[in-house]
Amino acid sequence: MNKYSRNDATGKNTLAGKNHTSTKAAAASTMDIVNQGLSRRYNAEKRFRLYGITAIILSMVFLAMLFISIIGNGYTAFQQTFVKLDIFLDPDTIDAQSLKDANYQGMVKQSLRDMFPEVKTRRDKRRLYAMISSGAAFQLQDFVRKNQQEIGSVIQLWVPADDDVDMLIKGHIPRDVPEIERRIKDNQLAWIDRLQDQGRIEKRFNTTFFTAGDSREPELAGILGAVSGSFYTLIVTLMLSFPVGVATAVYLEEFAPKNRWTDIIEVNINNLAAVPSIVYGLLGLAVFLNFFGLPRSVPLVGGFVLTLMTLPTIIIASRAALKSVPPSIREAALGVGASKTQMVVHHVLPLALPGMLTGTIIGMAQALGETAPLLMIGMVAFIVDIPGGFTDPSTVLPVQIFLWADSPERAFLERTSAAIMVLLAFLVTMNAVAVFLRKKFERRW
Amino acid sequence: MSSSNLLLVLLMLTAGGYFLGRRRAFVLAGTSGRGQQTLHSRPTYYGALAALWCALPALTVFSFWRFFESSVVTQMVIAGLPPDIQNLPADRLSLIINDIRNIVSANIVPQEINPAIQAAADHYTRLTAISHATLAVLVTTIAIAGLLWVQKIISPGLRARNHVETVVKFLLIACSTIAIFTTIGIVLSVLYEAIRFFKIVPLHEFVFGLDWSPQMAIRADQVGSSGAFGAIPVFMGTLLISAIAMCVAVPIGLMSAIYLSEYANKKFRAVAKPLMEILAGIPTVVYGFFAALVVAPLIRNAGMSLGLDVSSESALAAGLVMGIMIIPFVSSLSDDVINAVPQSLRDGALGLGSTHSETIRLVVLPAALPGIVGGVLLAVSRAIGETMIVVMAAGLAANLTMNPLNTVTTVTVQIVTLLVGDQEFDSPKTLAAFALGLMLFLITLILNVIALVVVRKYREQYE
Repeated sequence: MNKYSRNDATGKNTLAGKNHTSTKAAAASTMDIVNQGLSRRYNAEKRFRLYGITAIILSMVFLAMLFISIIGNGYTAFQQTFVKLDIFLDPDTIDAQSLKDANYQGMVKQSLRDMFPEVKTRRDKRRLYAMISSGAAFQLQDFVRKNQQEIGSVIQLWVPADDDVDMLIKGHIPRDVPEIERRIKDNQLAWIDRLQDQGRIEKRFNTTFFTAGDSREPELAGILGAVSGSFYTLIVTLMLSFPVGVATAVYLEEFAPKNRWTDIIEVNINNLAAVPSIVYGLLGLAVFLNFFGLPRSVPLVGGFVLTLMTLPTIIIASRAALKSVPPSIREAALGVGASKTQMVVHHVLPLALPGMLTGTIIGMAQALGETAPLLMIGMVAFIVDIPGGFTDPSTVLPVQIFLWADSPERAFLERTSAAIMVLLAFLVTMNAVAVFLRKKFERRW
Repeated sequence: MSSSNLLLVLLMLTAGGYFLGRRRAFVLAGTSGRGQQTLHSRPTYYGALAALWCALPALTVFSFWRFFESSVVTQMVIAGLPPDIQNLPADRLSLIINDIRNIVSANIVPQEINPAIQAAADHYTRLTAISHATLAVLVTTIAIAGLLWVQKIISPGLRARNHVETVVKFLLIACSTIAIFTTIGIVLSVLYEAIRFFKIVPLHEFVFGLDWSPQMAIRADQVGSSGAFGAIPVFMGTLLISAIAMCVAVPIGLMSAIYLSEYANKKFRAVAKPLMEILAGIPTVVYGFFAALVVAPLIRNAGMSLGLDVSSESALAAGLVMGIMIIPFVSSLSDDVINAVPQSLRDGALGLGSTHSETIRLVVLPAALPGIVGGVLLAVSRAIGETMIVVMAAGLAANLTMNPLNTVTTVTVQIVTLLVGDQEFDSPKTLAAFALGLMLFLITLILNVIALVVVRKYREQYE
């Protein structure tokens, strides 16, 4: 009743007299309280929305910062400074029979001395030679092997500049700081300027970065070794984790009786999905390396460890894919006389396959970006050779990034960023394929 | 024959077995006069049965042989060595075995080769060759025998499908036990080494000790030989960095999940959600690089301009970046939970006149709280186990401090630094890494179990 009387009162106090002051006051105060509170509540509402949008903007800002800093640091690594040298292929020093033994380093140095005849002191000469990468001699050797008819003539060869010169040309070493704080000394600066005036310095596309293995010299270092290591590791991971993961999912989802045993397996898988990756590294170290005596630093063992790590992801995704196949399909297959295995293999699996593939690709992307467990099994070694198989010592792309990030040279900074760009490109491609598969084959039943 | 060639031959035999078995079934069906109806199973199953009998026994023999080959050959070589070498202590002997292996694989040949060792190396090569040849013959024979046997027993009444399906089922079961073996492997390997560690350093010293400087003296009279294995500073460092990370990740992740699921229109969601997922897909080593390269100097410079003394490997930098990494994790978990809250609750609250934000704060969030707590616990366990960011951006010095501007170290950093590189396996220094790993595994396991239980319980409430 109270409710009605109040309503009444509100009605009355707008229409009629003063004799209802007490109820009027009460009614007005309720409305007033609500009205008074309204602006505060609306403000709170606005603030709350603002917090939400700020949170999203903040994460976007972090994402943007990450990408900008990496691309900003890394894009210059795709170019490398080259210096044009006029080299006299002295027939006296190059013996056509044993091209390997000639003093190519000496020829490169000679050509530098010819260009700057005024350089006399030992220290200055050393500085002069330091401007050219130590890889120049190998490049010259390659050139001579391919063009033996050129022996005896003067050739023009573009050779990579040393990383310090490269950094100067790219503007990462400021010219206006005192000489003592600069890695490029004043006379070197003058020589570089002269070379530039003569058009002997040029920035070119850095093919070395994509075709070489690791090196202590930034200008000679490349990612091919790490990329092929990653490739072999991922192949092992894929070959093992996809069949095993799918088989496990099929068993748990389609065949397993609901008992304590399968419950244990299920809880186990859920827990394994959340075990820190470094623990898998400890497992790999203790079991694969120490117990089974497998070799260190090889893609095979890396693949084993990553398989164990990605299995939970693949199993969980595959089970979800199997669950989404409607029971009517199963019943229809069983109804026309298929055995349980036939029902699964002929009807359920093909329908669940796109979902399983999506899960697998996402698992592979995880494995590709994983670093910590591979550090444990020794894939962190300095390896110059490009691995050619599953049992060659190798490293992987993320570990290469980790190794380069530790190097003090400024030139490795941009190479690290560039390697990250390559890694991210691979990851984006893989995820895009996964999204495409999901979009293309996703079925709503 | 090399093992890859042998496997190739086995593969070819298996394929051959499949076709032979299938053809035999067809032939049987043809001669019976009633066509395929006479057969119990479809012809492919007879083929599959033949292939299985061809491959499985041969593969089993192959793997057992390869597994024991190297140790058996080594034992035989040792038995053939002159007695004076045989009587050497175990570690010297293993060095000599290493030399022999190096000579065999033409790796790094020691300068002067002892004729006895050279002879042993030749012996080793010979034995390996014999072993390989025997294995090749054995495997091929077993494969062909299996194939022929199935050819013989194929008859219309043979229940090939049932046989094949049983084998398939056992294979599936074998695959699903791998998860259990992984867990057992993790527990055993970590536990075994950790127990060895606790024999040298008592457990209470490890768990309650306040000093962490993991080194062991090579000689007894060495300066600074006293290693200390008190794990408290290491765990406090982990806790500090994880706490900073959660301070970043929980508010931002939760608020963005709320905004995306409650306020944002479809278009905004379609753009913002994938962008958040990109954050989740970036490898941790990239975050580590970002932390060390961008965030740490930024914080250091900001601190310097405020007159603060900031370490260049401050806990703040590592924690901040780890927080960024965990944002999408928190946000996607909370998103799921918030979406699972029934619409009727929201409608009720809105109908009583509460504003949108009041509905969320007073109705939706309390209803979703258990799930959110579960998600946050999972995020904490991730933060504790995260490795690369802290390896690259946090320090090595085990300071017992709660100051985020100081440098601290974490469990994962210590594991990595103790185990990367060559090391012997009986020093407490390396074993300490396994003890830390055991602790890490236990802590994350407990957190995960609690989180999973909480989440599951909550789900049951609304479904």
